[in-house]
Amino acid sequence: MSFVRDTWIIFERSMLLALRQPEWVVIGLMQPVLYLTLFGPLLQTIAATSGFEGDAWQVFVPGLLVQLGIFGGLFVGFGIIAEWRSGVIDRQLVSPASRAAIITGRTLRDVVVILVQAIVLVGAAFFMGLRVPAGALLIGLVLVALLGAAFSFISNAIGMATKSEDALAPIANTLALPILLLSGILLPMTLAPAWLQVVANFNPFKHIVEALRAVFLGHFSDPIVWIGLLLAVVLVVIGAWVGSRVLTAQTK
Amino acid sequence: MKPQSHPFQPIRRMPAVLIAVPNNDNEAQVTNTIIEAKGLKRSFKAKGAKGKTIDAVRGIDLSVREGEIVGFLGPNGAGKTTTLKMLCTLLKPTDGSATVVGADLRRDPVEVRRRIGYVSQAGSTSPEARVGQEIVSHARLYGIDKQVAIQRGKELLAALDLGEIWDRTCGSLSGGQRRRLDIVMGLVHQPRLVFLDEPSTGLDPQSRANLWNHIRKLRDELGTTVFLTTHYMDEADSLSDRILIIDHGTIVAEGTPTELKKRVSGDTITLTLRSEADATWASQIAGRLQGADAPATEAHVVRFHVPDGATALPVLLGDLTKAGIDAIGVDVNRPTLDDVFLTLTGRSLRD
Ligand SMILES: Nc1ncnc2c1ncn2[C@@H]1O[C@H](COP(=O)(O)OP(=O)(O)OP(=O)(O)O)[C@@H](O)[C@H]1O
Ligand SMILES: [Mg+2]
Repeated sequence: MSFVRDTWIIFERSMLLALRQPEWVVIGLMQPVLYLTLFGPLLQTIAATSGFEGDAWQVFVPGLLVQLGIFGGLFVGFGIIAEWRSGVIDRQLVSPASRAAIITGRTLRDVVVILVQAIVLVGAAFFMGLRVPAGALLIGLVLVALLGAAFSFISNAIGMATKSEDALAPIANTLALPILLLSGILLPMTLAPAWLQVVANFNPFKHIVEALRAVFLGHFSDPIVWIGLLLAVVLVVIGAWVGSRVLTAQTK
Repeated sequence: MKPQSHPFQPIRRMPAVLIAVPNNDNEAQVTNTIIEAKGLKRSFKAKGAKGKTIDAVRGIDLSVREGEIVGFLGPNGAGKTTTLKMLCTLLKPTDGSATVVGADLRRDPVEVRRRIGYVSQAGSTSPEARVGQEIVSHARLYGIDKQVAIQRGKELLAALDLGEIWDRTCGSLSGGQRRRLDIVMGLVHQPRLVFLDEPSTGLDPQSRANLWNHIRKLRDELGTTVFLTTHYMDEADSLSDRILIIDHGTIVAEGTPTELKKRVSGDTITLTLRSEADATWASQIAGRLQGADAPATEAHVVRFHVPDGATALPVLLGDLTKAGIDAIGVDVNRPTLDDVFLTLTGRSLRD
């Protein structure tokens, strides 16, 4: 009850602040759009020849969406460190607000920002030739939101646990690289040697990307879809749990 | 406070902890204890040095009555902020217990949070945020209606001379304006007890005086209890009903400003005379004054302490005239809290 109310209050404040600095939202948008315009055309020819099923956009846009969810969330921790420095976090911790709400409200803001970026991305992709069922787009947005939430929770948690930009930056980069390389976001993992495919199977994001690709091809009943969604939900739950723990530990 | 007569006691024999005498300004008012702390301790693991711990607060007993303004005075690193953060539920005590506004610190921290306000030393607002948004958002965390929050916020801003800043960003305010905004944030939910950690840091003399007035009004009109830390002696002196002096994590003295100063040092009388011979004479006369300590003579100047300079001075001047000695200068210096601190710890607060 008070968790929902407090989350909303924290979200509203964070959202207003984000709206006051739209340049960050725009910068966040630039990246996927650049990928789309500069890397997409390259893929047109590759997609036809390599292990992908479907056209270049059906393969490429799910990868970009997953990437947006991951990277959109992974670096938000810098914001919470800045807020902690200016005393905002302590000020909220000394109020009766639910500890979980203090982080969830911020994560919700990140999810909204990421969703806006995802919608712009999908819109741009449509103009470049992406054609998928509406249901696929919906599932795509849900997945992006879940991934964004999970990574925002984790990044905010790391930010509050370390309180240091110098610590957060390498941790976030170290997390990002294997996730990206082993997920088949940029190239299909079917091109990889057997051992690499085995390793990649342990990467939940590979399955999430595959789930979204299946959906983009209209294969809604493929079990991978449920696996992908379930994995994303599990990640959010883990993130929320860790995040709330870290916030509670602030007053230890 | 009416002047109280104290038998003179040599400084060195003063007990380290003075017992507080209740301040009976307002005798009709029933005074409840609003903070009661026993043996509060907090140690930190020292970063870098392995296994070492810093004992920031080493077992503090506190008792604050409702409606008091208590000044928590001590040098940098004494443990003021750490104590405050424990009482505000921001830090768990390593040991000890406390009841704050009727709620147990350990068992019911959420209830404590509901009932107190806290103005941190480190600020409370985002530079990019607008003043009004920060105030309203904070108030709503206490369940206060948006319209009420706006009204109270604007009133508080006006009371602290921050009239037209509602729509400005916090980062565009001057340091002193931002500090006063922090105080507004800490008061917007009208807590019965408010903790102010160095509230006047960065304020110019005029803003400080205004802040002091506001703090007094807060107590007089709303009955708010104020617990503030400071390392400004004049602030502790003029604002507090009672002062706690903390050093190295322990409370070394406690009492009203007047009590502390009277009991510890007495007033200093400095006589300047025409000649060294006069000075020698004068020092003998001065030494016979009731309660005076042994005068120190330096060339033409005699310096000594008496419990109460205002009553000793006429007697002294009379005696000097009778002896035919003409003093060319007389100075009576009331002791400062710095003298108190110096006497208690051997160090000056100013360091
Ligand atoms: N989080 C922490 N980790 C380690 N040591 C700490 C921590 N917080 C405070 N200390 C140490 O505890 C001691 C007391 O600090 P505290 O901040 O309570 O002092 P203070 O009286 O408020 O000083 P100031 O007047 O400078 O604000 C200091 O030695 C400080 O270095
Ligand atoms: Mg401090």
